[in-house]
Amino acid sequence: MNTTKNTAMNENAEISIQTADFDHGFEVNLLEKENVEDGAVVTFSGRVRNNNLGLKVKGLFLEHYPDMTEKLLANIIQTAKQRWNIGRVKVIHRIGQLAIGEQIVFVGVTSKHRQDAFAANEYIMDFLKVEAPFWKKELTELGETWLDAKTSDKEKAQTWSK
Amino acid sequence: MIKVIFFAALREQLGCSGTEVNANSANTVAEVKVALGQQSHEWQNYLANNSLLCAVNHQMVNEEYSVKAGDEVAFFPPVTGG
Repeated sequence: MNTTKNTAMNENAEISIQTADFDHGFEVNLLEKENVEDGAVVTFSGRVRNNNLGLKVKGLFLEHYPDMTEKLLANIIQTAKQRWNIGRVKVIHRIGQLAIGEQIVFVGVTSKHRQDAFAANEYIMDFLKVEAPFWKKELTELGETWLDAKTSDKEKAQTWSK
Repeated sequence: MIKVIFFAALREQLGCSGTEVNANSANTVAEVKVALGQQSHEWQNYLANNSLLCAVNHQMVNEEYSVKAGDEVAFFPPVTGG
């Protein structure tokens, strides 16, 4: 079953939690469409690796806390908009069963000049990692394991408050 | 009643995605945990894991946070998205 939950915060920011894959090119077009004020478009996409902590990974299962996820992501985007001069923002996160090489997450940000879009994109991704209620279960050659949160991700997010 | 939900590893450990706690038996998040622990020793042990996080009505809170009838209390491990 494909489910998509689109949360349009306003015309300039959109969040989508979905089982279906997304089209990177299509998302870039949406960020650019009728947007001639912004000269910079920065996108990040995360994919399922075939290895983690020395083990061969066969796939991932992603679970989330519906509604709280959207609220938290909206807060993160709001904070980014206050901190940087950015135009449009799109965040997509997939849930459910994902195979090797599949896309997991997309963050796209536009701005007049590149610095704002670069920084805001990284900020949104860093806080998505440590705040948004998603959980990954990894399927490896040894079986299924829920992943532990990484201290390095927490430390990375904390660098923004320095 | 207070609605209680569990996610990810905790959901699997408890074999349960959610339950309810009588609002008269718990005034705080910590007391919700105590009430849930009365189900079994296993539940008590899994809920004693101090890395567990808690959200009340979608807001991250600590153990001393007050709860009332109609609240949604969620317990889950540290998040690992992205």
